Amino acid sequence: MKAPLSWIKDYIDVDGLNIEQIAHCLTMVGLEVEGIRLVGLPKPEAERHEFKYEGLTWDREKFVVAEVLEVLPHPNADRLVLCRLNDGTQELIILTGAPNLYPYKGKGELAQTLKVAYAREGAMLYDGHQPGQVLTKLKRAVIRGVESFSMICSEKELGISDEHEGVIILDADAPVGTPLVDYMGDAVFDISILPNMVRDASMLGIARELAAVTHRELRLPQGIPLPQGDALSKRVSLEVLNPELNPRFMLGMVENVQAQPSPYWVQRRLNLAGMRPIDALVDATNYTMLETGEPLHAFDYDLLRKRAGGNPPSIITRTAQPGETLTLLDGTVQPLDERMEVVADSAGPLSLAGIMGGMDSGITSQTQHVLLEAASWNFINIRQTLSKLKIPSEAGWRFSRGVHPALAEQALRLCLQRLLAWGGGRLVEGVLDAYPLPPQDPVVTLTEEEIISRLGAPVSLEEAAGILERLGFECTLQEDKLSAKTPPIRLDIGEGLIGKASLVEEIARIYGYERIPSKRLAVELPAPVFDTKLEAEERIREILVSLGLQDTVAYRQTSPQREARILPNQSIDPKHEYVRIKNPITPDRTVMRTSGLATMLELLEYNSKFRPSLALFEIGPVFLPVESQLLPNEALRLTVGLAGLREIPTWQTKTPEQRDFFDLKGVLEALLKGLHIPEVNFRPTERPTFHPGKCAEVLSGERVLGVFGELHPMVQEHYEFEALPVLAAELDADLLVALSRVEFEHQPLSNYPAMVEDIAVIVPEEVSAAALEAAIRQAGGKLLVNVRLFDIFRGEKLGLGKKSMAYQLTYQAFDRTLTDKDAETIRNRIVRALAREFGAVLRSQ
Amino acid sequence: MTDREAQLEQEKIAALTALEEVVSTEALEAWRVAHLGKSSPVMQAFSDLGKLPAEERPLVGRAANAVKQALESAYAVKSEQLRQAELERVLASERIDVTLPGRAVQRGRLHPLNQTLREVCQIFRDMGFQIYRSPEVETDDFNFTYLNIPPYHPARDMWDTFYTDKDGVLLRTHTSPGQIHIMRERAPEHIRAILPGTTMRYEQLTARSEIEFIQVEVLVVGKGITFADMKGTLIDFAARAFGKDARTRLRPSYFPFTEPSAEMDVECFVCGGEGCNVCKGTGWLEILGCGMVHPTVLEYGGYDPQEFSGFAAGMGIDRSTLMRYRVDDIRHFRNNDIRFLEQF
Repeated sequence: MKAPLSWIKDYIDVDGLNIEQIAHCLTMVGLEVEGIRLVGLPKPEAERHEFKYEGLTWDREKFVVAEVLEVLPHPNADRLVLCRLNDGTQELIILTGAPNLYPYKGKGELAQTLKVAYAREGAMLYDGHQPGQVLTKLKRAVIRGVESFSMICSEKELGISDEHEGVIILDADAPVGTPLVDYMGDAVFDISILPNMVRDASMLGIARELAAVTHRELRLPQGIPLPQGDALSKRVSLEVLNPELNPRFMLGMVENVQAQPSPYWVQRRLNLAGMRPIDALVDATNYTMLETGEPLHAFDYDLLRKRAGGNPPSIITRTAQPGETLTLLDGTVQPLDERMEVVADSAGPLSLAGIMGGMDSGITSQTQHVLLEAASWNFINIRQTLSKLKIPSEAGWRFSRGVHPALAEQALRLCLQRLLAWGGGRLVEGVLDAYPLPPQDPVVTLTEEEIISRLGAPVSLEEAAGILERLGFECTLQEDKLSAKTPPIRLDIGEGLIGKASLVEEIARIYGYERIPSKRLAVELPAPVFDTKLEAEERIREILVSLGLQDTVAYRQTSPQREARILPNQSIDPKHEYVRIKNPITPDRTVMRTSGLATMLELLEYNSKFRPSLALFEIGPVFLPVESQLLPNEALRLTVGLAGLREIPTWQTKTPEQRDFFDLKGVLEALLKGLHIPEVNFRPTERPTFHPGKCAEVLSGERVLGVFGELHPMVQEHYEFEALPVLAAELDADLLVALSRVEFEHQPLSNYPAMVEDIAVIVPEEVSAAALEAAIRQAGGKLLVNVRLFDIFRGEKLGLGKKSMAYQLTYQAFDRTLTDKDAETIRNRIVRALAREFGAVLRSQ
Repeated sequence: MTDREAQLEQEKIAALTALEEVVSTEALEAWRVAHLGKSSPVMQAFSDLGKLPAEERPLVGRAANAVKQALESAYAVKSEQLRQAELERVLASERIDVTLPGRAVQRGRLHPLNQTLREVCQIFRDMGFQIYRSPEVETDDFNFTYLNIPPYHPARDMWDTFYTDKDGVLLRTHTSPGQIHIMRERAPEHIRAILPGTTMRYEQLTARSEIEFIQVEVLVVGKGITFADMKGTLIDFAARAFGKDARTRLRPSYFPFTEPSAEMDVECFVCGGEGCNVCKGTGWLEILGCGMVHPTVLEYGGYDPQEFSGFAAGMGIDRSTLMRYRVDDIRHFRNNDIRFLEQF
């Protein structure tokens, strides 16, 4: 909402407040000023400017109101004229090319002088000939043999609008010689209107808030008295079929108007408020809408009469009939459905109620008789229609937020007044007013205790009443109770308890959030409830970061195609269930992800062109639909991805080794150890994504925590990996979190020396390292405190299908120093066990 | 002095002179063999003692001993000198260019959003808040209706929503549905919690707008909770997050689930309030929305609004991280470009 200061000043005296202070006041009552455009006025002095200023300041000495006394032809150019001009101090000859002065050329001394905005030499203004707003200094120049040092300004040059077709012709009463900034210098506040404050999407609304917070008087414009008589009812009839959808519908009429230009000050205000001036008739409705917040619609009475076959038209408001269409003012043909409210006559729909008029019945430059509609519509219905048809509409924007029916009458009176004043014509006696459903304006009661217990500020009942009265509420104070009747300008105040909350908000806004004290919570802390899940999740992050991995945050939205890339054949399983997005923003974000692995491979792919070595992880949910549930399971997944070299090449390590399966396994082992997950074990498995020989499940006891491995070469081909190989793991983070322990028993340390010895055993190839180590530990008993595999050897000497596994064994007791004999006993036990279980043979030393 | 003694004296002078010429351990060893070895003149003097007349023996013996000691101590000194010199030579040869780059250590890092989120959570934990999380895929009721945003309410325009193909199921547009979840779990106990989580809005993906982002919701419900409590709590938060001297202001705003509602601004930490690009010339940065919990929301949450009151606030982790590091493109966060992430 763009609000020119000059317009607001129609309703409130702002003496003593500068632009900065006004913007501050507005912002602090909820009308956030997002920017201030200076249109002539200087930027105010302030210790600190809290707003973004733009625009142009008109120098008092350089810009004045002047009058053109005579328009003379240019001696050397047809498209230029010379103006004999009085700037209040002297007469000058000014050169201009403004087409709107041509008609006066060579007409001699003008009977009525033309008032213009005159800029003297050296004035800073916008260059009219360049696109956009380019600041330039007015310099002396010779144009076609005539010296030019000053100019008559267009709106563009003054920063009022983009209009540069002609110069501004001011209203006839403009005082010659007055600095232009004093005559019409302005500033425009760009205000963001909150959804519940549509009443303030109007100059009056803004002025009301400003008046309330600065304790100033609000001057309400009255308009003409509501026309009495029955002349109108003989020329048109009116029927409202759905009061729920159309609580009020009023009609007024002015005949013999002229669609002539509005006075310049009206055009200027409309421009500053962001609306293009058209002619007196259109301008009157727009001006009144901006002033009151009530959108109006003007019909061409003659067109309606024609549609009615020359008879008095019958206006009816109803919902559309199936199959009806309507050509709107913007030229679009809209299909209507039976939930859309229309204004119609006997020949069909005239306008889409509260949203936009029809092409065939609105006013034009030829209109003689204006039938003016001021109505009120159900905001939910308007919103439904708007969201269905997606039409940009200023009226619709307002009505879909709730416009009080009482505004219809005020706006009708004001708009009729403007039609008469700016378009001429004669008022037709009487109005039609169908008001089948007047709203009940809530009456809310409050006690001082209720105010204080909500705000925590010492607001007295009297002060509260004063605030509400300044906002238009009718207040009565009885004993210790304030009763406030909502003014008939707003629909946002609730009843009962909700009404109390609404009123407290109104009081707080105007009282000033700045004045409400700050307190620390005094209530006792709630009983402890822990999100142990989050804590464990954070521990996972902590450990992985300490292992040198980079944390990531990934999108939840993906597509089945993207997730299918992790499969060798990339085929989408039609039975795979997804949470599907009804309105995806792009074709590659149509579902919620079900795979953390797919996300991780994309992250590795994206980054592999930047680094030859990558180590990433991600913790986040996947979304798994469950048939019997409305909402999906949000299963927390941890994915780890490693790619490329074990380290970044440096001058020391020119060709680092490539990562392999065991790099990833090492990360997982360290993580699971750090989380104190019990009974961690690994076993080979197969998954389509992974190399069949380099894929494992990681388990805690018999519970599968996840799967990891090296990427299957066929899957790898689907991606543009520059860093290879790619290793990835996807783990059930919910399970990790559930199994991770913060409470555990530490391992005591022995004070006796440890004995270390190496053994190597020859076993068949198929014996797994895990099985062998388990057997060693089992046989070694509690004195065997560490087992470390340090070599694997295969060779002809051992025979085909055999391998030698060399272990370093550490023996230690808690109560004595072990002897060689102890070591021998344990070793023999181990060797015997391995021979028994695997046919292992001790490799000769 | 006997001849023998004189010979020994000469041998000493000769040996010490020869020692002066020695510059390597090899030469020193040769010197030792020559002058202190078995067949050296000094040692020879000892073995020849028996051949001397008895009266000369003690004289020559003493003299030989003296020479031997002198040579031995000279040897020790020389040996130490050579060792020192050798060490110095070795050390000198081992000199490195200390300006060469250090060995690369791959450091792991938290994602910048998770860093900010952690800080925010920690601040609220310090202030006695618990952490509560709720689902990202939500029902229309929890996301809107229970938050006092009935169907077709104009306030729904405030959130551009992703819907799913299941009726009444959507991607939560804010963390506020968690308010209802936690209230229903805890009522009638009082609540002091924050609700962090990922939320989603139907937007164009541009440098300035994201479709997924992290929010933190603040919720306090209890008896006698006032606007002043909200103001004090949030000012405390701002002081901990932005420095104890950070100026803040509350100004009226609108959210359907709070009344009165407010927006909290903090003095721009880039320009210190002077006005810059980050704060768009206002000197203020909008950091959170807040308000007193609407009676309808309390009721949906299972609290009697006659008896209980509360406040809620919501802030965007992405936006504040963006402002903090002057990130020019919000998409950097979820693109996870390693070149970006490594900077944090």
